[in-house]
Amino acid sequence: MELAQALAQPTIDWHALSPELVMVIAAAVVLVADLFLPDEAKWVAMPLAAAGVIGAFAAVVSLIGESSVTFAGAFQVDSFALLFKGLFCVLGLGVLALSYHYLRSGRYYQGEYYFLVLCSLLGGMTIASARDLVSLFISLELISVPAIIMAGLRKGDPKSNEGALKMFLFSVLSSALMLYGMSIVYGLTGSTFLSDIAARIAELGDQPVVVLAVLFVVVGFAFKISAVPFHFWAPDTYEGAPSPVAAFLSTASKIGGFVGLIVLMFGAFPAVADRWRPAFAVLATLTMTVGNLIALRQRHIIRLLAYSGIAQSGYVLVALALIDPTNPEATRQAFQSAVIYLLIYGVMDLGAFAAAITFARRGGSYFIDDYAGLWQRSPALAVMMAGFLVSLAGAPPMAGAWAKLFVFLAVISADVVWLAVVMGVNAVVAAWYYLAVVKKMFIDAPAIDEPVEVPHLLNAALVVPSLALLAAFVYPPLVSNLAERALP
Amino acid sequence: MEWVDGWGVSLATFLPAVGTVVLLFVPSERERLVKWLGLAFSFAALAIGALVLLRYDFGASGYQLEVIKSWIPQIDANYHVGLDGMSLPLFELSLLVSFLCIVYLFFHVPEPGKPKALIALTLLLETGMTGTFVALDLILFFIFWEVVLVPMYFMIGIWGGPRREYAAVKFFLYTLFGSVFMLLGFLALWFRAGTFDIVALQELGAAAEIGTRLFQNLVFLGLFLGFAIKVPMWPFHTWLPDAHTEAPTIGSVLLAAILLKMGTYGFIRIALPILPQAAVDFAPIIGVLAVIAIIYGALCCFAQTDLKRLIAFSSVGHMGFVMLGIATLTDRGINGAIFGMVAHGLITGMLFFLAGSIHERYHTRAIAELGGVLAQIPRFGSVFTYAAIASLGLPGLAGFWGEMLALLGSYQPAAVLDDALFRVLMVGGGIGTVLTAGYLLWTVQRVNLGRVPERFAGERIVDVTGIEWAAWSPLLALIIAAGLYPKLVLGVTDSAVQSLLGVFGVGS
Repeated sequence: MELAQALAQPTIDWHALSPELVMVIAAAVVLVADLFLPDEAKWVAMPLAAAGVIGAFAAVVSLIGESSVTFAGAFQVDSFALLFKGLFCVLGLGVLALSYHYLRSGRYYQGEYYFLVLCSLLGGMTIASARDLVSLFISLELISVPAIIMAGLRKGDPKSNEGALKMFLFSVLSSALMLYGMSIVYGLTGSTFLSDIAARIAELGDQPVVVLAVLFVVVGFAFKISAVPFHFWAPDTYEGAPSPVAAFLSTASKIGGFVGLIVLMFGAFPAVADRWRPAFAVLATLTMTVGNLIALRQRHIIRLLAYSGIAQSGYVLVALALIDPTNPEATRQAFQSAVIYLLIYGVMDLGAFAAAITFARRGGSYFIDDYAGLWQRSPALAVMMAGFLVSLAGAPPMAGAWAKLFVFLAVISADVVWLAVVMGVNAVVAAWYYLAVVKKMFIDAPAIDEPVEVPHLLNAALVVPSLALLAAFVYPPLVSNLAERALP
Repeated sequence: MEWVDGWGVSLATFLPAVGTVVLLFVPSERERLVKWLGLAFSFAALAIGALVLLRYDFGASGYQLEVIKSWIPQIDANYHVGLDGMSLPLFELSLLVSFLCIVYLFFHVPEPGKPKALIALTLLLETGMTGTFVALDLILFFIFWEVVLVPMYFMIGIWGGPRREYAAVKFFLYTLFGSVFMLLGFLALWFRAGTFDIVALQELGAAAEIGTRLFQNLVFLGLFLGFAIKVPMWPFHTWLPDAHTEAPTIGSVLLAAILLKMGTYGFIRIALPILPQAAVDFAPIIGVLAVIAIIYGALCCFAQTDLKRLIAFSSVGHMGFVMLGIATLTDRGINGAIFGMVAHGLITGMLFFLAGSIHERYHTRAIAELGGVLAQIPRFGSVFTYAAIASLGLPGLAGFWGEMLALLGSYQPAAVLDDALFRVLMVGGGIGTVLTAGYLLWTVQRVNLGRVPERFAGERIVDVTGIEWAAWSPLLALIIAAGLYPKLVLGVTDSAVQSLLGVFGVGS
């Protein structure tokens, strides 16, 4: 009876939900407004969407310092959740900035597109707060489904169709696997709440069926974050999709998957960590190594970024391979390093996509060979692109160096030397292909002389991440303090 | 003047980087302004370096002019800089040589031009190099160490010779590979000792409180890879001839004068004092590799046809002497090693300037095509002879003391080491000095003496220009000053070396 009442009239903390509510309202406004806008004013959807994201960000800021639980524990607002909600807002703004000129210059349905972006971001916002299997699953689907449609937005291009279809099939398959795993978990523990599951699993111990269920869930997530060997969709989809969508998939969408995975692995399954930790170690090694090795052969900048993004996922997976309930210090380090990595990765990867999109506008191209001599054509663009690539490579003077360093520290704290060596060798391999692009831009002679035109909005999407990465390099506590506060 | 005690070192380190940022906002067409700004910033750094020299207490031992500020609290990494007798000479050397390079750039911007970018990179490089010598925190050290990579990569890659791409990438990847293992070593130290602070780690190292011998050896191996590639020690030297040969003149000068010293400095600042037991285990290996480098470098020099490549291989040999000195773990050897670093910085830096100027004048560096330089441009020829003779270690010039002390040190190495082995090494090193004298004299003979080749006979070749005198005379003066009065360097280094050797129980 009480339960029925609680379900009928749940006490809901509306303030805790305010970022999501703002996002929902903004999405609805964008969709409806689009109906009434004349064709030449369809672009207004973008400022509307941006206003919505800024509003959501303001709501996130208003929640700082609060910690509340609503929906009977399924939805939790804490500093971890707020941190990633803030990150999704920032990345969302970046993606909107990248989309504006791209969509106006082609024949796209702008209103629908911005609506979809907001929906997918909403999924990111909720996954950061999701603390039970159902809300986790719904959030994850909320991220993916709009993203699939966005990937297929270039209707006339078979590559876009192929990419969207591939992503759809992989996504459905992975969802099915994940749901299967989750249903076993529910069957074993009798609860969908992560805290209950963690307690029950600790009692059950490492029965094979528990481990099997966990692995199913992990495999489901592995598709979303494009971990090897579940990565095949990513490069094709990124290449076929409109490039701002590829930027979205590679940053916000992937980070959403990681947030869910982190919540699950640190929150629900640490008791049997001994059993699944090796799986993550293998996954991380494969993801880094295969991603980097295939990236060496890429000639298309988006495909290069896709494979580099796969390799970058590997470093975060390393952190997950260090969870050890008997060693809280190492687990803490691992958590912190994963959070730091995701924060920095989101910014630097978005920046790299911004540079690629800027270069490809107006007769530019996506082929790395065409970057030759960019430095002589547009020095600022070349320097910023080089900055993002250097950051992705993990070298100073960019914040990417700290991202790698913190993961290294976590690995050493957990005393898993071999993984540290694998990471180290991979860092060198990765430097090779990032450097190859830098080399093209700075050392080779340009085929044409005209500078690349950079509109203000794209310029902002390049300058802001560059400065952020530089600032975080000089004073890393900008990022590490945030990550420390996000510790549970 | 008190402010120098606190922030002087940091200011000298970071002013050039500020200059890089300022230059970014200057339009590249205004070349004169760009050059003057670059000169102003590097001169300001050098001037503060001179003030630091005034405030430095030469009588005291231990670190001076220190600054410690919390930087990354999560991992307990601090902004900790300071100087002692080992770092002071290298700190001043890097400020001086960078300044001279920018002076040289006033009229010698290599193809494809773009002085703004080149000066901005040189300034950034200066911050990285200087910072490496003042950092007293492993993370800070690592960051400065890596900061050096990027500008040098561009310097070789954009302004380099025909095979610049290959050389630049080889330099970058080689060094990066080494530094990754060095970083792993640092992190392992942090994991065991709980701190990144070099001073604290040195105290722990002296008290033999860091890990087991096996652990120490593994960490030492990681650090060894990082430092030995940078030195470079045989057999990790193969990036060096390519990088040196292809780099533009100032790139070669900075590489030879400063960058190589970062590796040897790493050994005496970090590897030896923090991991003394491992250092004892590794010393014979380092010694043997060093002597191989000496002899191998000299033999390679005989086979070189390109003047710049010859000087590059001579660096391999000279750095071999430095490493031999370090491997003896004696005060003679290590004092000699630091002396050798400074001397090699002055002399080989000078030789690369000369090689660059020869190339500019004759448009070739092939030794076989040159000749009669002394007859055609007598002042230039004399300077070249002077630098070459300094390089072969003539007593009275700077090159002598480093080699002499290294050999003397290996006659009687530290008590924990094998006398017989090191005496063999001494003989090897001695043969090396003879070979060195041989190839340098032969080079002088082929380049400077003989008849002027016909193709240059009619040409008017300019002798040393004013700007060249400006850039070179400090180096030329220091070469003879350090040669005649070695206490100039040894007086500074000795106290720091003694405290380092306290770890091995052989300090006096």
